Amino acid sequence: MRVVVLGVGNILLSDEGLGVRAVERLRRAYCLPPEVEVIDGGTSGMELLEDLEGIDALIMVDAIRAGAPAATPIRLAGEALPVFFRTKLSPHQVGLSDVLASLELLGRSPRHISILGLQPQSLALGMELSREVEDGMPALLGMVVSELALLGLVAPAISSGEV
Amino acid sequence: MSQRVTIDPVTRIEGHLRVDVEVDGGKVKKAWASGQMWRGVENILIGRDPRDAWAITQRICGVCTTVHALASVRSVENALQLELPVNAQYIRNMIILAHAVHDHIVHFYHLSALDWVDVTSALKADPAKAASLAESLSSWSGNGKAEFTKVKERLSGFVGTGQLGIFTNGYWGHPAMKLPPEVNLIAVAHYLQALEVQRHANKVVSILGGKTPHIQNVVVGGVANALAVDSQAVLTVERLLAVKDWIDQLADFVKNVYLIDVAVVGGSYPEWTQIGRGIVDYISVPDIPLDGRNTEFALPGGHIAGGDLASFKQIKTHDDAYFKDGVSESVKHSWYEGGKGPLHPYKGETRPQYTDFQDDGKYSWLKSPTFYDKPMQVGPLPRVLAMVAAGHKPTIDYATHALDLVSTVAKTKVGIDALHSTIGRHAARAVACAVEVDELARQWDLLLASMAKGDLKTFNKPVFPKGEIAGVGMHEAPRGVLSHWIVIQDGKIRNYQCVVPTTWNAAPRNEKDEPGAYEACLAGTPVAIPDQPLEVLRTVHSFDPCLACAVHVVDHERQPVVRVTAA
Repeated sequence: MRVVVLGVGNILLSDEGLGVRAVERLRRAYCLPPEVEVIDGGTSGMELLEDLEGIDALIMVDAIRAGAPAATPIRLAGEALPVFFRTKLSPHQVGLSDVLASLELLGRSPRHISILGLQPQSLALGMELSREVEDGMPALLGMVVSELALLGLVAPAISSGEV
Repeated sequence: MSQRVTIDPVTRIEGHLRVDVEVDGGKVKKAWASGQMWRGVENILIGRDPRDAWAITQRICGVCTTVHALASVRSVENALQLELPVNAQYIRNMIILAHAVHDHIVHFYHLSALDWVDVTSALKADPAKAASLAESLSSWSGNGKAEFTKVKERLSGFVGTGQLGIFTNGYWGHPAMKLPPEVNLIAVAHYLQALEVQRHANKVVSILGGKTPHIQNVVVGGVANALAVDSQAVLTVERLLAVKDWIDQLADFVKNVYLIDVAVVGGSYPEWTQIGRGIVDYISVPDIPLDGRNTEFALPGGHIAGGDLASFKQIKTHDDAYFKDGVSESVKHSWYEGGKGPLHPYKGETRPQYTDFQDDGKYSWLKSPTFYDKPMQVGPLPRVLAMVAAGHKPTIDYATHALDLVSTVAKTKVGIDALHSTIGRHAARAVACAVEVDELARQWDLLLASMAKGDLKTFNKPVFPKGEIAGVGMHEAPRGVLSHWIVIQDGKIRNYQCVVPTTWNAAPRNEKDEPGAYEACLAGTPVAIPDQPLEVLRTVHSFDPCLACAVHVVDHERQPVVRVTAA
């Protein structure tokens, strides 16, 4: 089994980068089984095609705007996954959803996809997370670990200290 | 009655690029391009160590990571007047060129080809006829009847299950779609093949850059790649041979598929050589340095006035005062505090002042750059025209080859003047890509030859003086001139400004209220169906827009992308 935990977002825009921050901390705080590859995807698109090709499961971690209070944990899977395609003006809008659809067209898309995230509080310029989202990070890491458990993979914490 | 069409693909507050056009009598009368994102990344850099700036600036955007990393280190090296080992230049050049080739292939096939190619029409194609047409144009191995039959079956399967997936947002059956079914089928097959081929370019970047996305090997003073003839831990000849193999496969695709597809599309839409001319004052900078001081280049650049190649004025080095003194930016129509007139980037200020969208006032987060007070167009078209004007033989040969093919398809003689257009920008990009893929192979040869002579040096240590120094990092990026401007005081960043290609092209009106390149090029574009503004997208896409801020929070709600209102 091959599983990718992909953190995406722009770390220059505070909570926009929470997905990247989450996977950085996941790597440090948990002992991940060999089936799991952790990738900092930043804001890239097509460059990720190869990494996501033919994998069994993709767990994407991102900021999710759902009109909920700041730092609300959100899980999207199956029918709840966002609509993939829209009119685009820029290759920056050729995002991950297009990569996934391209893989579908090639018959090599991940068999299981879920998106985990938090409602962002601030998308202002800055390299720090907002306090609310910072406080919500342990819960988000817990969600990633539970998601791995659903796939039958165990990821014990390295220590119970701060992440 | 005139109508206002607003295309705003990301309707969250942050947004990307928004385009508004006023349509009257089936044509665009007036246009506004607006960056809907506050881009103040420069402010994050103030007070930091100049050696760290590249790692932060490459996070500005997801598509153009490497270009910001390179422009940033070049700005610091320019300020220090630091010479680089040539090996560092060759490795950086290969990253630059592999990234450019990747970018051009993905732009054409995965962003803009669907403006011209009707995917649903491909279902009516005869694969045998498609194969004989494709084989008459190219020797590419993926052009056979069996391949086209397979692609048609896969496509039918998708349509049959109602899962058009990646193609759901196309304007299928739009009256502006004119390619015959067989050409549409060939294009869809190449779309899928391009997905396979683009990964070779990405592998070249990741081997040389240490990692992708976000390369890790760049440092002020050179690159962090340790070169060796035999050690496994570093960049060895064995790994470089793998790189060469990917370069060769890319070259095959670019020359035998991409360049030909663009010529076929161009020749099939000859009316689009007359649309989208707009600003024909062009600027590009030389790139792919061959010496350690950025004074000799493989690919020339410079300024062309009024679309006249005879006016070409070459920019000779990356320290050329003609470029450094000519750039300034106005914020008269941008959401920043102004009142001081256009400012040179060393003196640039980035203090937001949002007013809402005002047609005649402020309406964009982009500043409006000018070159000696004139708006410019940047990108592959200015680059190709400059290289032709400079007598760069490979560019002249590929441009001639492409225009001959276009002429054959269009059954009329199409000359270089046709390039000043929407479809011409696509043709120029394909020509540039062919030149770049050959240059990529040449840089590989240069690196190997240097290593064979026993030169394995890749880094010269920077030393920061007391007091103030300033520098510019110039780079001819895939979308055109990129410049990073840095002021360093006692070894710390005091000011930093990025003037990115899309700022030139998508600029709002300038200090004299003259429109930017998108705005000027959209004027006169036909619009058959206002709520399906395919023609507007064609012209905007021909520039390969890149707003330097990829915010992509997952959007849980679906919002309309195109709005039509009475003007």
